[in-house]
Amino acid sequence: MKSTKDIAELLDEPACEHNKKEKSGCAKPKPGSAAGGCAFDGAQIALLPIADVAHIVHGPIACAGSSWDNRGTRSSGSDLYRYGMTTDLTEQDVIMGRSEKRLFHSIKQAIDSYDPPAVFIYNTCVPALVGDDIGAICKQAEQRWGVTVVPIDCAGFYGTKNLGNRIAGDAMVNHVIGTRDPDLLPEGSARPGIRVHDVNLVGEYNIAGEFWHVLPLLDELGLRVLCTLSGDARFREVQTMHKAEVNMMVCSKAMVNVARKLQQKYGTPWFEGSFYGITDTSLALRDFARVIGDSDLTERTEALIAREETRIRKALEPWRERLAGKRVLLFTGGVKSWSVISALQDLGMVVVATGTKKSTEEDKARIRELMGEDTVMIEDGSPKALLKIVRDYQADILIAGGRNMYTALKARVPFLDINQEREFGYEGYQGMLELVRQLALTIESPVWPAVRAPAPWKVECASRTISASKIEKVRLAYPSAE
Amino acid sequence: MAEILKRNKALSVNPLKASQPIGGSLATLGFDRAIPMLHGSQGCTAFAKVFFVRHFREPIPLQTTAMDQGSSVMGADENVVEGLKAIADKSNPALITVLTTGLAETQGADVHRNVREFRAKYPEYDHVAVVAVNTPDFTGCVETGYAATLTEIVRTQVPEAAEAGTKPGTRKRQVNVLAGPMLTPGDLEALRDLIEQFQLRPVFVPDISDSLDGVLTDLDFSPVTIGGTPLSEMAALGEATATLVIGASLKKAGELLQQKTGVASFYFDHLYGLQANDALIVTLSEIAGLDVPERIERQRAQLQDAMLDTHFMLGQLRVAIAADPDQLNAFVDLIAEMGGEIVAAVSAANAPVLGRTKTDAIKIGDLEDLEAIAKERRAQLLIGNSHAVSAAERLGIPILRAGFPLYDIIGGYQKTWIGYRGTRQTLFDLANLVINFAHEEIEPYYSIYAQKPETERRRTA
Repeated sequence: MKSTKDIAELLDEPACEHNKKEKSGCAKPKPGSAAGGCAFDGAQIALLPIADVAHIVHGPIACAGSSWDNRGTRSSGSDLYRYGMTTDLTEQDVIMGRSEKRLFHSIKQAIDSYDPPAVFIYNTCVPALVGDDIGAICKQAEQRWGVTVVPIDCAGFYGTKNLGNRIAGDAMVNHVIGTRDPDLLPEGSARPGIRVHDVNLVGEYNIAGEFWHVLPLLDELGLRVLCTLSGDARFREVQTMHKAEVNMMVCSKAMVNVARKLQQKYGTPWFEGSFYGITDTSLALRDFARVIGDSDLTERTEALIAREETRIRKALEPWRERLAGKRVLLFTGGVKSWSVISALQDLGMVVVATGTKKSTEEDKARIRELMGEDTVMIEDGSPKALLKIVRDYQADILIAGGRNMYTALKARVPFLDINQEREFGYEGYQGMLELVRQLALTIESPVWPAVRAPAPWKVECASRTISASKIEKVRLAYPSAE
Repeated sequence: MAEILKRNKALSVNPLKASQPIGGSLATLGFDRAIPMLHGSQGCTAFAKVFFVRHFREPIPLQTTAMDQGSSVMGADENVVEGLKAIADKSNPALITVLTTGLAETQGADVHRNVREFRAKYPEYDHVAVVAVNTPDFTGCVETGYAATLTEIVRTQVPEAAEAGTKPGTRKRQVNVLAGPMLTPGDLEALRDLIEQFQLRPVFVPDISDSLDGVLTDLDFSPVTIGGTPLSEMAALGEATATLVIGASLKKAGELLQQKTGVASFYFDHLYGLQANDALIVTLSEIAGLDVPERIERQRAQLQDAMLDTHFMLGQLRVAIAADPDQLNAFVDLIAEMGGEIVAAVSAANAPVLGRTKTDAIKIGDLEDLEAIAKERRAQLLIGNSHAVSAAERLGIPILRAGFPLYDIIGGYQKTWIGYRGTRQTLFDLANLVINFAHEEIEPYYSIYAQKPETERRRTA
């Protein structure tokens, strides 16, 4: 089990803006009125997309049983990450202290059955509480079977999802990154006049395959992505992350400790950015060129941006007409708020309010800059409060995480899912087309009037007597009716 | 009859099993203005919530005691007491269940004592029923968690006949129905319809067809269930004429209800297939003292006709099934009734009913086991939840989606499997899967003398 000191250290993240406020890290949840995941949840979300690793959840069934086979993230090859693996601890294991032994044999079984390049062990509450030494077991298994086994000590009770993200990032920095140098550039990949630069993306999960909208552009510019942590990543890619010239923190501060530690350990500079929206996508590309400082790259980047922006703005024109002026209530955490705001403003939509519960002061300043001083910033994200704002500000649509989907739908409010679980990719220039399509699909749907109107027999209406009078009329006209 | 093959490997791959707290939550969600509170870390609840939301596509009331490092080590009594207070205060529920997780049980929590402490400290919430249940996830499965929770609810919420002065049969037309976790909202609606045709009034305990049936209500938002069995009905269960207990896993709950109220319980392992439904209809007819209505006779004859039509596809069909014990047993009976062959049967956990299931062997295991056995024994069709879809793809055989969770189809939660009509539709679905799936055909033979047009002659290399 991690000591309280270890946890406090993880919570103390100098690169996170929240640190500077009086309450450092994340607030303590309240029994009976808490929402959100646990540290294990966060760690698993952060690393599960590493596709060729055997991810073993060490604990009783609830941890893996209700969470495996998360289809949000996509892999271009290996699908081992979609196999749910767990030690599925039994009562006997817990009482008789057999859980370490089961874990040891489980690692062997995973290696024998699936031949993975590495095995990740996620520690959960029960083994943490009984005191399993997963670090020792992993080391022993690694020596015995010659496959890397990484302990990720992320028992749910350590804290929030956010903490779990950091634990996961920490495990990568301590056990995986820096254990292999990158491959030579593939033969035939060289293009005259283009010098290849190595980069990483941290916190990019390739939801619905959306990073594949962006990757071709990076290829074109000669930016070799050594690794995305962790969308569509492979273990051998994570190993080489120390050799990048620059790291981009994508859309989330959750794994900011990775960027900070890579900078400390290897001197890699990092910047924060997003691929949501035209403005931000262009900015991210420019930031790569800026930090790398290759004037030829800068020139080619500008040319590519000009070409892509022109192309996409033209393609978006008919959609802009349909969506411009529509009012949006945006409720997402942290950095995502401002990055999505910029995407929506690119479309001429009006963001009437935004959630800032997880945003830093810096994020909020940025939001004010984008939306003006009288922006409504929502701290209370309860369904009741959200719906009130939808009504008060006459929002046409609620854009939020999947958790709020039914809040909107049950209140008959159009909805767009912006989080992890969604099935559509919105990144990059091309992703904007999918975004507008999905926005228009729900906002313009004919189902809204159908579900909002009362049943016809609930309304006072002249037509209600029509059937009766017709029956009477036909009866009277019928010969036998006297 | 079946030989039970116990788990013999360390690692569970592609789990079939979901946890006891999931089952306990499901039972709770079938009561009106109810909310389960899982005693564990926040993730226990978050995962359970996602599990249900993906399946039902509904908002799901679920809370947590949010155990952290301190309370996990030093004791979490206060989490339970204060958690109950917070919910009672904010959401005004009729029922809160406190369901333990592996974490709480390992730590040594005593939730029953915690509930007494809550009562002593906050008498102002005496009108809120609170039921504590031990549902650690290191034992059992959805079905056992559901059964344990329902048993506790009966134990605590149904008064003894002597105390309450209830008398069996006072409400002549009332029939209690203890409904197991394999019954979908669609199943419950069909069962209600059948029972009402005998001029009886069913009281379902619990009733997810009234709370998780996917309905657009006038209420924008509710922190607790809208619909489900009203807790007030529990006091009147003792006045019913009879109780139907659907699902072998609910035997104990059925016995307890009978013992407390004197109302006779009638047990049904399941309601899949002709025989099982015949047993139900005979019982209903006897309870009501009425002949079987013509409409039901018609439906029975329709099922018989469907059995004839589909026996060509389902006879000798080699079927692999993975499910919780009750549903596994139900499908085995259904397939056997049609002359199909169970070549692989995997159950999430062991249960008494598996001992009498009509198949040679049942493996207590996961979907990796199912896939391996199905492959070895050349299964032609698979029955399982959405997690089993990729196994079916790898095996190259069709899958009938059934059980928990169903997240890759819309409306799976609502499908009706029971009754003559539900069974008929299931047979159609099975047969369609068989005939629409590419199957081995006879390879065309090209005669060396054939006079077919040039383009159709086989080119010899």
